[in-house]
Amino acid sequence: MNLYTAESVAPGDASVERIDVKAVHSPGEKRQPLYEKRKKIFPKRAEGRFRRFKWLVMLLTLGIYYLTPWIRWDRGPFAPDQAVLVDLAGRRFYFFFIEIWPQEFIFVAGLLVMAGFGLFLLTSAVGRAWCGYACPQTVWVDLFLAVERFIEGDRNARMKLDSGPWTLNKIVKRVVKHAIWIVIAVATGGAWIFYFADAPSLAFDFVTGQAAFVAYSTVAILTATTYLLGGLMREQVCIYMCPWPRIQGAMLDEHSLVVTYNDWRGEPRSRHAKKAAAAGQVVGDCVDCNACVAVCPMGIDIRDGQQMACITCALCIDACDGVMDKIGKERGLIAYATLDEYDTNMALATAGGTSAIDPTRTRKPDGGFVEGVRHFNWKILLRPRTLLYMGVWMAVGIGLVVALMSRDRLEINVLHDRNPQFVMESDGSIRNGYTVRLLNMIPEPRTIMLSLDGVPDATMKIIGVSDVPGREFAIEAAPDKAMALKVYVTLPRDQAKTETSFHFIAEDRSSHERNSYSANFFVPGGKR
Amino acid sequence: MADKHIDEISGVETTGHEWDGIRELNNPMPRWWVWTFYATIVWALGYTILYPAWPLVNDATRGVLGYSSRGELATEMASAKAAQGAILERIAAATPEEIIANPELNQFATAGGAAAFRVNCTPCHGTGAAGGEGYPNLNDDDWLWGGSVDAIYQTVAHGIRDAVDPDTRIGEMTAFVDVIEPDEIRQAAAYVVSLTGTPRDPSLVEPGKQVFMDNCASCHGENAEGNRDLGAPDLADAIWLKAEGEDGIIEQIRAPKHGVMPAWSARLGDVTVKQLAVYVHSLGGGE
Repeated sequence: MNLYTAESVAPGDASVERIDVKAVHSPGEKRQPLYEKRKKIFPKRAEGRFRRFKWLVMLLTLGIYYLTPWIRWDRGPFAPDQAVLVDLAGRRFYFFFIEIWPQEFIFVAGLLVMAGFGLFLLTSAVGRAWCGYACPQTVWVDLFLAVERFIEGDRNARMKLDSGPWTLNKIVKRVVKHAIWIVIAVATGGAWIFYFADAPSLAFDFVTGQAAFVAYSTVAILTATTYLLGGLMREQVCIYMCPWPRIQGAMLDEHSLVVTYNDWRGEPRSRHAKKAAAAGQVVGDCVDCNACVAVCPMGIDIRDGQQMACITCALCIDACDGVMDKIGKERGLIAYATLDEYDTNMALATAGGTSAIDPTRTRKPDGGFVEGVRHFNWKILLRPRTLLYMGVWMAVGIGLVVALMSRDRLEINVLHDRNPQFVMESDGSIRNGYTVRLLNMIPEPRTIMLSLDGVPDATMKIIGVSDVPGREFAIEAAPDKAMALKVYVTLPRDQAKTETSFHFIAEDRSSHERNSYSANFFVPGGKR
Repeated sequence: MADKHIDEISGVETTGHEWDGIRELNNPMPRWWVWTFYATIVWALGYTILYPAWPLVNDATRGVLGYSSRGELATEMASAKAAQGAILERIAAATPEEIIANPELNQFATAGGAAAFRVNCTPCHGTGAAGGEGYPNLNDDDWLWGGSVDAIYQTVAHGIRDAVDPDTRIGEMTAFVDVIEPDEIRQAAAYVVSLTGTPRDPSLVEPGKQVFMDNCASCHGENAEGNRDLGAPDLADAIWLKAEGEDGIIEQIRAPKHGVMPAWSARLGDVTVKQLAVYVHSLGGGE
């Protein structure tokens, strides 16, 4: 079935239809009015390597997003069994075998640093791969487009439906499409809240109307944003709202792979290539079929060159490769290429810029490319810049792993009483008060020995633990909890002459974990 | 508008207004902005009907929802009180010792007592309960009227030398200036000072001991260990409330100063007094 307006098909190129499409966003165009209405884009279905890769990435990312909260992970009776859980009320973050307390948020910060450098690395190596494949906006727009295409048909059918009158058929299709979109949007917002509470019980509470208001409002907000951004605003989010297209300029260099129209072999484009060639004119490989424009979800023409609106989703590569296959030319008229390669090839085609593009300069008489034409070489992925990014990325990663392995699971911190700083007892001895916080950071109860190190004549009393003075006490610590103890340390009168510093020691004899905290003992007349 | 005028230079439509040949370009606000603006107007209309909004001469419109920030505060206070009600009832029913024995009540009472202490007790005893000259330090283990939580509860509830409360703690020290000779006062003072381990002139201390036994031991005890029933302080310990040094002791023997503490149960109620007792008992000197 011919879905496209086929016009002036070149003889011999009968299989290639020319699509009547114009880029919505074109850098060459005269400045658009600021308040112009959005021109609708009807991306055509693409087929090929990159499309398949994108389906895979979509499956993977959406799968991770929707399913992660439902993974169970046994942590024993004293901690939740959800593999990934942000417990805001309990102030804990669980990630499989890792549990993070608020003061350990540095690990999350480290992950963000890694994400940042990962993005730099990816962008400097393969351009805006994030934008094109993994960005949630791209993935969800892709999903919404797939639904739209399923309900309303491909490009021409959708255009026809859109411009047509409101028939019953149109109403039904629109209602069904928006209903599915909203279902996806609700599922998206719904999945989000499961990261913050026990997923099965929250799901039950949610559908039975017992969940907290914040759960419903979060789902409502994320449903609205998903529906609006993914279904209605689409490419406008990338072009007008997102800062990343602007930042990418600093990330790309002449060795970064970007989706490139190789005009050194494509120009001059001709819709009547064979006729023109027969007439002795120079013709490039581009048959001007507009397939690349028709599939573009951003509504651009890649042949205008690299531009901010291009998210490098590579669907135009798929479209063009299909056409090249049909007309028996090499693939790669539109391809991932670096600016460096492109410049070399362009210099070849224009004889160093002295003439217009003549693609025959890049061809041997038998049709193959001449030696001087540069093609993709994986070695450009390894250059100082990418190696530096990779090095920093791995250094941060290794640092995080080392920090994670060596972090304390038993911590102590001590706060000296400020008012009064010391108290004289009736026998003249001096007493100092402290608030000792013991942090048992594992989800198991354990016995922690709290003792004094230094000030050999001092004794301590712990309120609620023992009234008998001593130098070491066993504290029963609840699983995964911080406990505050009121501790009084007393020094005999004749020992309490000068301000002394000592340590509180917290020790788990069974696991040999030990931590200490320095404290000061104040005396009357001492410096404060 | 039949006669739309388009500005030649910018290609933008004008409003049709002209002043001395200058025309105004018509760049309308973005539609989303305009609609947001309209939405705020609709919102404002609804708001002024539902909530207090328009000022009148003596008052303002009340709004059909009957909202007021005072009312909201009252509701929140009531719900906070209701939330505390159950535990406060348990505190009311428990003795101070029972409160301390129960970790949940103890924690609540200590926190509540700390709050009540800051409001009612700090003017004399200080924010850290460390006292000052004439006002006892509540952190130490030296107690005039007893350091058990029951004794503290009794003291806080009924006060010391309170003018009204019949159950108040009462203990008066005689002004010895009219009873014994000045020399004897000096001797007794030297003896009291010597009790804390400070060497004094034996010629004063020896007769001072006799003076002490004759006049002071009945209240302060033969070993000067004090008597908590009478509020008579321990004179052999390191802590001095009213007098420090021999001159101060002489002055206190001649014409004693007596501290006064009001009875708090009538003012604060029994539950708060219990919490205060638990808090003071927790400060480190509690027995």
